[in-house]
Amino acid sequence: MKRWLALLLCMVMVLNLTACSSAVPEDATEDEAEDEVIWDWESLPAAEPTGITLNVYNWGEYIDDEILDVNSAFTHLTGIEVNYKTFDSNENMYALLSSGAAEYDVVIPSDYMIGKMIEDDMLAPINFENVPNYTYIDDEFKNLEYDPNNTYSVPYTWGVVGIFYNTKYVDEADLEQGWGLLWDEKYSGRILMFNNPRDAFGVTAKYLSDGDKQISLNTTDETDLWACYEKLKEQKPLVQAYVMDQIYDRLINNEAWIAPYYNGDACIIMDEDEGNPDIDFFVPHQGTNKFFDAMCILKTTKHQEAAEAYINFMCIPEVALANAEYIGYATPHTAAREMLDEEMCNDPVYYPNEEILARSEVYVTLPEETTRYVSDLWLKLKR
Amino acid sequence: MKKKSGMLAAPFGIWMALFTIVPIGIVLWFAFTDANGQFTFDNVREIFAFDPSKGETLWNDSFVSTILYSLWLGFLTTVISLVIAYPLAFSISRATERVQLTMVMLVMLPMWMNFLLRTQAIKSLLSESGLLNQFLGLFGVGSLEILNTDVAIVIGLVYDFLPFMILPLYSVMVKIGKSEIEAAQDLGANVFSVFRRVVLPLSVPGILNGITMVFVPSVSTFVISTLLGGSKRMMIGDVIESMFVGEAPNRGVGSALALVLMVLILICMAVTRLADKSESTEEGGFAL
Repeated sequence: MKRWLALLLCMVMVLNLTACSSAVPEDATEDEAEDEVIWDWESLPAAEPTGITLNVYNWGEYIDDEILDVNSAFTHLTGIEVNYKTFDSNENMYALLSSGAAEYDVVIPSDYMIGKMIEDDMLAPINFENVPNYTYIDDEFKNLEYDPNNTYSVPYTWGVVGIFYNTKYVDEADLEQGWGLLWDEKYSGRILMFNNPRDAFGVTAKYLSDGDKQISLNTTDETDLWACYEKLKEQKPLVQAYVMDQIYDRLINNEAWIAPYYNGDACIIMDEDEGNPDIDFFVPHQGTNKFFDAMCILKTTKHQEAAEAYINFMCIPEVALANAEYIGYATPHTAAREMLDEEMCNDPVYYPNEEILARSEVYVTLPEETTRYVSDLWLKLKR
Repeated sequence: MKKKSGMLAAPFGIWMALFTIVPIGIVLWFAFTDANGQFTFDNVREIFAFDPSKGETLWNDSFVSTILYSLWLGFLTTVISLVIAYPLAFSISRATERVQLTMVMLVMLPMWMNFLLRTQAIKSLLSESGLLNQFLGLFGVGSLEILNTDVAIVIGLVYDFLPFMILPLYSVMVKIGKSEIEAAQDLGANVFSVFRRVVLPLSVPGILNGITMVFVPSVSTFVISTLLGGSKRMMIGDVIESMFVGEAPNRGVGSALALVLMVLILICMAVTRLADKSESTEEGGFAL
């Protein structure tokens, strides 16, 4: 009896094994189809090394290095090496570049910072003849206020600020307060807040905007800013922590339930596997900040043409698509958007509707006195 | 002979000149010049500036209150470290040589890991769903909200800097001979007098070095308050950082702050040394 059983088991196992091995190639092709090779650049001939190294400075987690591996593809096809470094705030980036301690060629700051860098004469005009793929950029994103004649920048991503909240703990009815949710005592100790004055004051200005009284994100009025400070001070006891990148962990671990942040990060925070599917995102009715990040070339560059080639490369539809899919932030690239997964494209989280956009404002570069005043108030808040 | 041995300090001298003297010079330069390079006291004055018409006083001035807050946290850290380290250092110094070696290594062990990493670890230990609260949960004790408070900051600071208190104490105490203690006991001293009249005076240099090595870095630390304190209050190190890389950078004021902090720390150190001088029987101690 026992011997038979053992034999039978062996048979079953062998059958299983063969079944498995025959299934392997099939699975692989299926996988490939699912992952869909956007662009098989590796099969193309590698370019001769040029000896040029391009220094690129971008936000963290802000370029595809999985789907297509943009930088490797660029080096493979152009022979130009890429020295890629990341920063975590516009201000840190600006401090490093303006101190002259580092030489970069391509940099990807946000709108108001681009305005400031143009003012400071830090950026080089781009020769758009070398960036033919610029035509793919939606006209809606050209000639924006921070670069009115579009001489210095090529839009890379855009997005809006809104509130991430945990549907398990936050009452849906409370969302009607809009930004007021961040001041709701019911959620004391579960609220996170921006750890940078510009966004914190911007959000507060929108919260204080009510009916006739509208406070701009770009207000330079000291009484308005003082009112924002008073509001932030009122909020402080309810705040669990002032954070930036830490928001991911805290939201995902259910430690915090409410946090204002940038919509594009939904693809990390709300991810079904690595994120927390209980989290949702909404844009408060009082209006919000719409932002753009764009590629610029620094005046100090010694490789202007290589830098332009890099920017052009980033605007190749397949590359832009890979970036858009990987980063999650909305793309201003028309072709990439057409090819983008429909689910993502139609998701109001990533691509907010017209109505929301109509209520949103773009940051402009503030005069120095205002920046200083806001930063003084920020210190006062945190003393 | 003497000249030759002086030469041995040359590498350190060069190092010191390049990375200590020159930077301090630059800090001084920034602190006392304006944007055009003209001499000015404005940067220092700005730190102590307050507007009584807005209900501001010197004590709630942003900079002054931040400095006081940092000094307070530094003080707490130092006292707690001393209380923990002193008995431990003494018991290590009384152990057999083998045990001593092991214990000292155990004390140094955490220092083999990057301090940022250790702070992150503390953060997850103290967090709401962290190990500490899970452990307390076993006994039905409700979860403690430690993270994002001053308590968390002090715990982090003590954890990070405790070895700097233990090691100088131990290296002084290990030199206190068994015979000295026995002699005191033979002369009729009880445990307390042995401690007060023999052990304590002999360990003063270690205490002073330990205090310096814990107080100074914990007052001027940064990032810890962001990680453990939820960034609700800035420590002076964070403010100085923001003066260089923040929204409205002002390296003049940043340097002036660094300078004021340096002077305050020097004063605190001087006061400690003076206060302990009368008790001190041994000069020196080991160099920092």
